Amino acid sequence: MITYALYFAFGCFGLGLLFNLWRIATGPENADRILALDTMVINIIALLILYGIWQGTTVYYEASMLVAMVGFVSTVAYCRFVLRGDIIE
Amino acid sequence: MELATDILISFFLVLAGIFGLVGSFGLVKLKDTMQRLHAPTKATTLGVGGVLIASMLYFLLVKGSLSFHELLITLFLFLTAPISAHFIAKTFVQARIKESDLPPTGREYGWSIHDDPPLVDDDRKPDE
Repeated sequence: MITYALYFAFGCFGLGLLFNLWRIATGPENADRILALDTMVINIIALLILYGIWQGTTVYYEASMLVAMVGFVSTVAYCRFVLRGDIIE
Repeated sequence: MELATDILISFFLVLAGIFGLVGSFGLVKLKDTMQRLHAPTKATTLGVGGVLIASMLYFLLVKGSLSFHELLITLFLFLTAPISAHFIAKTFVQARIKESDLPPTGREYGWSIHDDPPLVDDDRKPDE
């Protein structure tokens, strides 16, 4: 039963990634693209942890922690760049 | 007992998948940027939280090992999601909303995206 639930969750988050790609391609504002990239990072963290459950290993927690940190920093850096034209003033 | 464990973990996985899908679908469906800000910052974060709970339960109940990494990731995501949402909203307000359309702050200083920050009590001069 867990296997099928895993397949369902994989499908949901994969479809979510496609939606985010659509928003990155068509988003009229910079803010839309930043938001879609941030959501992509969150979806990828979920996919990594699901893959960890599927393989039965805890190795992927470190990877998803790193992805979470890099994603947050890149979102803030992109926003700062659009807001002020510079990342560190 | 094993069936109950399976049902519990599957329930959290399916719930997480639905929340994640709703969040990403809202990003496509909603009309305005400020509306679109709602869907991913709340629903997708909850979806990841569901996945992490399912993973914790799986490794605790099936594999028999308790780990706190998931709690760390959850804490980090729940802390950073509002901050990045705030930054994205600021980006949008600065790019598309005129300063005259913003409501007054009701304080001595105006909106931080348009005005310089208040000077602290030292010798620094504001940037020109």
